[in-house]
Amino acid sequence: MTAFLTALALGAGYNTALVTIGAAILGGSAGAIGAFVLLRKRSLVSDAVSHGTLPGLALAFILMALLTGDGRNIVALMAGAALSAALGLFCVEWITRRTRLTEDAAIGAVLSVFFGFGIVLLTVIQSLQTGGQAGIAGYLLGSTAGMLRSEAETIAVAALATGAAIFVLRRPFTLVCFDEGYAATRGIDVRLTDLAMMGVLLAVTVIGLKVAGLVLIVALTIIPPVTARFWTDRPERMVLIAAAFGAAAGYVGAAISASDRGLPTGAVIVLTAAAFFALSLVLSPVRGLMSGLATRLRFRRRVHERQGLLALARGEAIYDPLTIKVLRRAGHIRADGVATLEGRAAAAAAVREEALWGLYRRLHPDEAAALDHQGLAPIAKALPPDVVADLAARLDPAGAGAR
Amino acid sequence: MGTDFVVLSLVPITIGILVCVSCALLGNFLVLRRQSLIGDAVSHVVLPGIVGAFIFTGTVAAGAMLLGAGIAAVLAVLLIEVVRRVGRVEPGAAMGVVFTTLFAAGVLLLEQSDTSSVHLDVEHALYGNLESLIWLAGGAGWPALLDPGALAALPPQLPRLALVTLAVVVFLLVFWKELVIGTFDATFAESVGARPGPVGFALIVMVAVAAVAAFDAVGSIIVIAMFICPPAAARLMTDRLVPQLGWSVAFAVVSAIAGYVLAGYGPLWLGAAYSVSAAGMIATVAGLILALACLAGPRRFGTRTAARRRRPSPGRASHHQSSISNSLQV
Repeated sequence: MTAFLTALALGAGYNTALVTIGAAILGGSAGAIGAFVLLRKRSLVSDAVSHGTLPGLALAFILMALLTGDGRNIVALMAGAALSAALGLFCVEWITRRTRLTEDAAIGAVLSVFFGFGIVLLTVIQSLQTGGQAGIAGYLLGSTAGMLRSEAETIAVAALATGAAIFVLRRPFTLVCFDEGYAATRGIDVRLTDLAMMGVLLAVTVIGLKVAGLVLIVALTIIPPVTARFWTDRPERMVLIAAAFGAAAGYVGAAISASDRGLPTGAVIVLTAAAFFALSLVLSPVRGLMSGLATRLRFRRRVHERQGLLALARGEAIYDPLTIKVLRRAGHIRADGVATLEGRAAAAAAVREEALWGLYRRLHPDEAAALDHQGLAPIAKALPPDVVADLAARLDPAGAGAR
Repeated sequence: MGTDFVVLSLVPITIGILVCVSCALLGNFLVLRRQSLIGDAVSHVVLPGIVGAFIFTGTVAAGAMLLGAGIAAVLAVLLIEVVRRVGRVEPGAAMGVVFTTLFAAGVLLLEQSDTSSVHLDVEHALYGNLESLIWLAGGAGWPALLDPGALAALPPQLPRLALVTLAVVVFLLVFWKELVIGTFDATFAESVGARPGPVGFALIVMVAVAAVAAFDAVGSIIVIAMFICPPAAARLMTDRLVPQLGWSVAFAVVSAIAGYVLAGYGPLWLGAAYSVSAAGMIATVAGLILALACLAGPRRFGTRTAARRRRPSPGRASHHQSSISNSLQV
């Protein structure tokens, strides 16, 4: 625990601190670009991108091993990974655009074939008998344990650069996510913007390979944005919140991972992000489980109160225990079930409300169907005053005539 | 092509074919239902399943592993549904959240538990070891196929996968009508009582069964490739479902055989003294077949009429223009 707190306070050595900060910046960038990609409904494209890096990684390793004797050159590996991921991305685009296959099939095909070919190349590397083979295995699941200072610095700086790119491009990204046509009329090249979005996604993926590993990096671009979606309906805020969740997951996860052995960085970061997601799923004020439950209970209470009051007005006996409980809590009936004075007044008001709503539904069926509270809200608050006055005027002469 | 082949290659090739065919058959429906990536999700979830089973039972017995992986796969599918419905998250993202989280949990559990004494690692779950499934009892060559004693010594993966392939075929035959209606028109299926919901879930369970049975022979990644590549390539060859299934099975068999042979002998032909991963090569060959189908498959643009529209010959183009100007005059 103390080791964790030390790492959290960046006190566990320069390298660990650098990795922790780098993971936080990476998580932030991944969350931000992931938010745009989620809004564009293309989250799983990042899965194809991350798996697509493997052949390039392996080829770069082989090339560097043949040229210099050691394949572990992070810049060369990143360049190779980026090139093959770009090829994978191009294949996804090309298959989706040029053939009848849908994007999910294209993504699945590209990710599995590229990964399979990458594994073929990995077995070639195993037979090469050069040094540093463990270095390439670290890219599968991510490892920051033996990371060099220069590697950590490269990752931190590159992640910061992608963050800056996202900041610069945020307006066109947002417009394209929400309304392609409008974006086009504003003079934004939709294809170019999409390309830039995928380019940034690719960059984040490649930078994150060493930290999270190519199987898990995709989580950093999906989980924080989905988490952020629980907390807001506004795109700018969603991007910021996703970046914050991503950065927090990267920071806390890297610190936990540094505090003990047997805590692989990528897995811990992803599980931290997943914990934020689970909490948001339960606690979110708008879309969460708890608020959904509360809304449901409130709605049920209002239905029972309304129906109970109508029954009181008609002088009918009430048997439903929940209705009795709700009415008694509100002071509409006494413990023995007899209506109080307030209860009778409320019952009369409920009858009138119901009649007004009924008239409104008859006169304006379409507008009434569009309301989402099914006439349980007080009509004077739900509708404009002139409409209510008109309804009341129509209701009263009719009532007088009947009498 | 004698004794050596029977001992070293016959069983891996047969297993490869069985895996590829069972996955490709189910994959046709996944591709048509736009659920291709369910196979991806399910295969990743196999890892936490087997690690969980190991921690629970302390052994690496095949039964426990398969059960653990199966439970994890079904759990993942249910979780994806929960996240999608409760959180109102779009399906792709819900899938991404669930399978990466479970995979991360599997990696962490694996690191935390003491698995140093047993052969259990992430790489194995990802790309298996098809080449190791040799049949030592087949030393007598082809006649060993008739020897009950030698047959009893077959790697257990072979009968298991044969059973799964049979189960897949039976499943498709029994639920054929429901599957087809539910795939092409779920609303209509509901209205005629074909229950697309339960049948769709049964399809996913079969996908999980096929993926789980296959992973310890060939690893997860080839399973994903087989769920998608042969059916996707077959989709570009024909507009009809039964021929599509036929094409996909043919592509799967070709991938399995060609992939295995290329992995085993390809490097030797190039003068190197080693072989490469058979699972990876099978996936690569499947990808090449798909690439060819994308470039030249007769139905790559859609139905016959759609294809004609996409590929206007010069004469047709002018005809098209004149029809537009005609309609403008009207």
